[in-house]
Order: sequence, then C-alpha cells, then structure tokens
Amino acid sequence: MRRYFGRKLLVYGLTFFMAVTVNWLVPRLMPGDPVASMLARARVAQPEAQEALRVYYNNLFGFDLPWWQQYLNSWGSLFRGDFGISLWAFPTPVADLLTRAVPYSLALLIPSILISWVVGNRLGALAARRKILDNTVLPVSYVLTATPYLWLAALMAWAFGIVWGIFPVAGGYSFSITPSFTWDFFLDLAWHWLLPFASLFLVALGGWAIGMRNVIIYELESDYANYLSALGAPQRLIRRYAFRNAVLPQITGLALQLGVLVAGALVTEIVFSYPGLGSLILAAIQNKDFFLLQGAFLFIVLGVLIANFIIDVVYVIVDPRTRVGMAGASA
Amino acid sequence: MTLEVDDLRVYYRTLKGDVQALDGVSFGLKDGEILGLAGESGCGKTTLGKALIRLDGRMKHVGGSVTLDGETLPIGDDVRMNPYRFKQVSLIPQYSMSAMNPTRKIGRMVRELLESRREKLDLTELHHRLELVELPKDVLGKYPIELSGGMKQRMVMVISTLLNPSLLIADEITSALDVSTQKAVVTTLKGFRDRGFVKSMVFITHDISLTNQLADTIMVMYAGKLAEKAPAATVVNAPKHPYTQLLISSLPEVGVRYADKRLTGIPGNPPSLLNPVAGCRFRDRCPLAFDKCAEEPPPVEVEKDHVVACWKAA
Repeated sequence: MRRYFGRKLLVYGLTFFMAVTVNWLVPRLMPGDPVASMLARARVAQPEAQEALRVYYNNLFGFDLPWWQQYLNSWGSLFRGDFGISLWAFPTPVADLLTRAVPYSLALLIPSILISWVVGNRLGALAARRKILDNTVLPVSYVLTATPYLWLAALMAWAFGIVWGIFPVAGGYSFSITPSFTWDFFLDLAWHWLLPFASLFLVALGGWAIGMRNVIIYELESDYANYLSALGAPQRLIRRYAFRNAVLPQITGLALQLGVLVAGALVTEIVFSYPGLGSLILAAIQNKDFFLLQGAFLFIVLGVLIANFIIDVVYVIVDPRTRVGMAGASA
Repeated sequence: MTLEVDDLRVYYRTLKGDVQALDGVSFGLKDGEILGLAGESGCGKTTLGKALIRLDGRMKHVGGSVTLDGETLPIGDDVRMNPYRFKQVSLIPQYSMSAMNPTRKIGRMVRELLESRREKLDLTELHHRLELVELPKDVLGKYPIELSGGMKQRMVMVISTLLNPSLLIADEITSALDVSTQKAVVTTLKGFRDRGFVKSMVFITHDISLTNQLADTIMVMYAGKLAEKAPAATVVNAPKHPYTQLLISSLPEVGVRYADKRLTGIPGNPPSLLNPVAGCRFRDRCPLAFDKCAEEPPPVEVEKDHVVACWKAA
C-alpha cells in the first residue's frame, strides 16, 4: 500500500515539475513583448524616459536575467507562494487576483462535476433496464455529450438571458450589489451561478449516462449475474451488484475526464463573463500577462493533480481487488 | 422418482427460424441417482441442463413437461420458476472461475444471496461443508480473486448445494480442469450425494470416461434427441445404439498402442437442427442405416432400464 502511494506521489511530483516547466516556457515563447506593450500603454513620448522605464520594468520582472536564472527564480518564488505581479492589472499581485477568482471556479466546477457524475450514473443505470428510457435517454445523451461547452453556454445565455430575460448573462453578482454576508447577496450569487452551472452540468451528464448504461448492460450479462439468476436471486440484488461494479470504470472515467471538464468550465466562464479563472486566463492571454497566465495554469494543474490523487485513493477504497493486489494473493 | 421429464422440447429462436436443440426427450431420475449426460457439441445436452433451471433469452419452451418431486416446474416462466431455483433445483455452472461477484467478500455474498431468498445462513453448517471440500473457514472473509481456480470451483460447489436441492445440474464443470482436479471434483460430487446434500444429479459432460466414474446411469444424446440411456456399465460395455458404439470405440484404451491401430472417430458432422429432416437424425453417419431409418425410431426399453432409440437395436 505504501509503495503504491509512494509511486503515485512520485508520478504526480514529476507531472507537477513538467507542468511548471512547460508553464514557464509557453508564455515566453509567445510572440510579442509584454514590456513593450506596457510602454505603449504608458504613452511616454521622450525616448530617454521610455528607455529608463524599459530598464525599470525589465529589472522589476526579472527579464534582464539569463533565462536559466529566471527559471530557477520562478521555482524559488513558487515555493514562497509568490506568483509575481500582474502585468495586466499592474500592480496587483497575481496571488490576489487568483484567490479572488478561484472560489468562483471551484463553485462552478465541483458541483457540476460531482452532480453530473452521480445523476448521469443513475440515469444510465435506469436506462439500461427500461426500454422506453433507453430509447429516450440515450439519444438525448448523445446530443448532449456531442455538444461543445461553448455552444450550449452561448445558446443558454441567449435563450434564458436575452430572449426570456430570466437570468443574468454576465458577472458573478449584480453590479448594483456589494458583496456581504446577507441573504440578498447569496441569492444574487446563486442566480448568476445557475446558468453556467446548468450548461456545464448538462454537457457532462450525457457522457456519464451513456458510459454507465453500457457498463451496466455488460455487467448484467456477466457470469456472476447469470449465476445469481440461476440461483433465483431477485433482480434487485443482481442490479445492486451490477451497479456497484459498474461504478468502478466510471470512477476511472472521471479521472480521465477531469482535464476536459476543467477546460470546458474555463470556456463556459468566458461565455458568461463569470469572474473565475477562465476569464482571468483570457485577460492574461490578451495582455501577454506572463505571470498571471503562469499562476492561473499552475492553480489548474495543481487542482487537477489533487483531484486525480483523491480519485486514486477513492478507487483503492471502493475496489477491493486493488488492495488485495497490493497485499499479494494467497493460494 | 425425483425427476420426470416428458417429451421436453426447447427451441432456439433465430432469424432463420427455430433451431430444434431439444426435440422430445423423456427420461426419469430416481432419488439418489446420478445421471451422466453425454454427447458431442450441439447435441442438446447443455440445452437440457438449462431447461431444467433457467432458459436463456433466446430459448423457447415449446412442449413437454418437467416434474420434480411431484410438482410440475414452470420452466417456461422465468419469474414463476424463481421459488424453485436454488431450493429445489440448483446449478454448478461451467464458469465457476467467474461465478462470484468480484467485489464482494465471499461470506458476505453468500449471506446476501441467502437473505434475498429469505433463508437464514447456518454458519456451522457452512463451515462444516467447507471443511468437507477442504477449504479453510477464512475463505469467507476473502474476495474471489484471492482464491485459486480449484478453490473457487469448490466454493461454488458448496454455495450451489447449500440449501440441499432435490436436483443438482452440473454443466461441463470439469472441462477447464486438469485430470487430477477432475477426479477430485467427481469424488466431491459423489460425497455430496452420499451425504444427502443433493438428492439427484444431472452431470453434463462430453467426457464419457469421466462420466463412467461418477454416474449411475448414462444418457447419450444425439442432435437434440435421446439416443441411448442405460446403467453406466451397460453403456460402456454393451452399448446398443450405433452412435454410442462408435462413441465408445473412439475412446483410447489403457495399454493399447495406437501406433499399430489407428483411433478412429465418427466420420461426418451432426445435422443442422434448423428444419432437420424427418427420420433418424444419425442415419447419414450410421454404418447400419437402412430404409426403415427414414422413419423416426421411438425410444424403446430393450431390457430393464436400457432405452435405445434405434430400429436395429429393438
């Protein structure tokens, strides 16, 4: 068991290292010079002053150092929890921007992933046993899972926000309201949250329902199900076993889908101008904000890695075979 | 008499029509009797075994009846058949290696299975039976993957016979085992019968020599019909049906060197059971076939307990 988790942690550590490195590299390979664009924004007319500013900025962000020094420094500041200063929202520290955005992203992601997984599994299991449900749930699921996040989000924003006008189409809360611990504020928050959540939930739902339906049908045809039927066990028991066993590949599927779901959430945030990491990343790319982009990606990578690790642990808990495999079988 | 099968017909539904896999088979099974059911692939032996406990989705009960301990089994009705399964008729499946739920501890699975049938788990009895098949008590706390193949096989044998069924169907249970394990399984099954865990048994196999070690009576089937049924010794030593004779003569004998004497099989293949021709179904491969074989030979009791369906034998 310890060896298993030790190995897992090592793999996650390596992944993290690679992610940070790529993360550091990619913005620097992007065309364009962020300092130049900052200078352009500052509109300094005199060449000497411009030169002085350039030197100042380059020194401030550490761009005057050799590339390896920049790389090592980025690791150093990472461990100090210092993500640098945003170029776009200068001089706000990146960490502040991120801590403001992350709760919104998590509030969207965690419920939409978990609820769509649970509901999708239930729905798929039901579809596997009833012909009518199978003929309705399945086609709808195929449409949903084939829908791009962006498209469904835009469609919902248009229909509910613009045509019917029942939901807001932008922001995390109304501009007229100040954040506070009051019911009014929470209701307003939920009201803004509902559309992006619903669009994420719906797209993910279809995939889980299809997957579960197929695995359940396979499990109900399996030898242990046939044996139990031959011994006259009621369908209830057989279905319970089948569902329990069918959930296992769905857990693996969740681990595999996590990255896709996060990417979908980022895009959805942008459509709804939701103040999460997605919107932040868009702003960072548009303004060549290295540090913000790096910081945001780092948070996402960390989040996905932690979530994957949790799924690994959960899998070991729910599938006894993995535990037995680690302990070694007895003849 | 425990089991009475009368003119049982079970067909498989296919797109091309009905495959008459089991076409009018009648036989009886006495208390304590072990019937060996033999024949080549596609002769209907597995169909017969399934018909006695659970038809699969493609099978259709066309005619005939099965009576067990004086009660007619509703074999065509999956739901009404449920109360009889496990308690009156039980099954040791072909797939013992994967018959147990892989994510449940065996003891818990057995308890849940019994609870679902509203039966109480008698733990002392279960331990006693585990001991009989030489399984340690702690297998109940293990998952199926922790057991070896032989252990799984024995565990399934214990589970299937836990409620002392009147009839046990063992379908090709030795096909995946090596010879020494086959022998052990046969001995265990005999022990179960002798201790009264099961009243009677249908042992389905294509291995006539193994059947001979276990069965009191052997029934040979061919193309969905009964060919010959007689006490085991009679079938092996003095078979009357030409098919049985050929089947027995194609078995190797101990001490005979087959360098000089080639072991012959039975030339030809069994007929298609989709719209089979009338008359004896073996006549195309039969060396003794004559005009009369165009008519179907009825099973005739040529001597006590020896039934043969052949014009030449009667």
